[in-house]
Amino acid sequence: MIYVRLFLEFFQAGLFSVGGGLATIPFLTDIGARTGWFTPGDLANMIAVSESTPGPMGVNMATYVGFHTGGVLGGVVATLGLICPSVIVILIIAGFLQKFRQSRAVDAVFYGLRPASTALIAAALLQVCSIALVDLSALTGGDPAAGIRWKAVVLAAAVFLCLRNKKLKKLHPIVFIALSAVVGVVFQF
Amino acid sequence: MREYLDLFWTFAKIGACTFGGGYAMLPILQRELVEKRGCATEEQLADYFAIGQCTPGIIAVNTATFVGHSRKGKTGGVAATLGLVFPSLVIIMLIAAFLQNFAHLPVVIHAFNGVRACVCALILSSVLKLRKNTVIDRPTAVLFIVVLLLAAVGTFVSFDGVPGGAVIDFLLSPVVLVVAAGAAGLCIRAAKGGGRA
Repeated sequence: MIYVRLFLEFFQAGLFSVGGGLATIPFLTDIGARTGWFTPGDLANMIAVSESTPGPMGVNMATYVGFHTGGVLGGVVATLGLICPSVIVILIIAGFLQKFRQSRAVDAVFYGLRPASTALIAAALLQVCSIALVDLSALTGGDPAAGIRWKAVVLAAAVFLCLRNKKLKKLHPIVFIALSAVVGVVFQF
Repeated sequence: MREYLDLFWTFAKIGACTFGGGYAMLPILQRELVEKRGCATEEQLADYFAIGQCTPGIIAVNTATFVGHSRKGKTGGVAATLGLVFPSLVIIMLIAAFLQNFAHLPVVIHAFNGVRACVCALILSSVLKLRKNTVIDRPTAVLFIVVLLLAAVGTFVSFDGVPGGAVIDFLLSPVVLVVAAGAAGLCIRAAKGGGRA
């Protein structure tokens, strides 16, 4: 039953991703690798769409992956799976929330969780780069120069420099995503 | 019933107006809950957010559940959360269905190849920002490096055919790494506390 699996996979992602929307990405790369539902390339496209549409990014990603895998019902099931753990946990602890927040144990656990969550996103970034900026099959095929997508590397570096700029970094990501799509079409990426 | 619909609708609006993640939601929450309805104070909002960050799951979802719960109990929490995800469901499925029909066109492929390069830069920039707030001292720096190395090995190295490969794959999965990091946080703090006492 694909829907049951979708629900369980996203339940797990919802339970263990800590922080903002990007935190779900490592779990999605893991799901893709284990189930073959989508390729890392698909995932990179989904990240772009999720960043340029309204709604929390993690939710958008779940809907997209679910829809890609199991149609409309798949999208609904995956999204419900993702939000279920949050709803359950919050409703359980809502009664003693003040205690929970001030608990030293909870604080200690999150002290360890937060850098790990960042590290997992960094590892997922490496995977997206390995799709977007290099051609792994050519790289390992003995022709390293042909394995690097130079146009993509230059574009990524340019966007990164813009994001370091004090004025430009205030622009919404959708601006950079839209411009990159135009650059991709014009320069035949 | 009306109050539940109202919660659903309020959070549907918030979902439809939020781009990005949980933090992007804060100004819209402020406008809807504090300024327009007066049903929460600035301090309460800050509290809601702190709770969203220190419970498992995505901050935006956690915050929605909590606000809904504090307004109208358990059903309120569910209504607010369903409201939050409703716009995503509709919008993403429309776009995904549209893209599915055009994904084979060369112009779409070129556009997405450009967009993927941009996504690398955007995520890198977010990771650098996150690192500033999460890697705050030497133990967290060590945790960051160890988890990054293990996760990278898990992502890029295939253990197919290696004896115990499935076990290694499992040990390097994000779930296990997250649980281990939480345990490590407990141990580090306990060790420090013990040292002081």
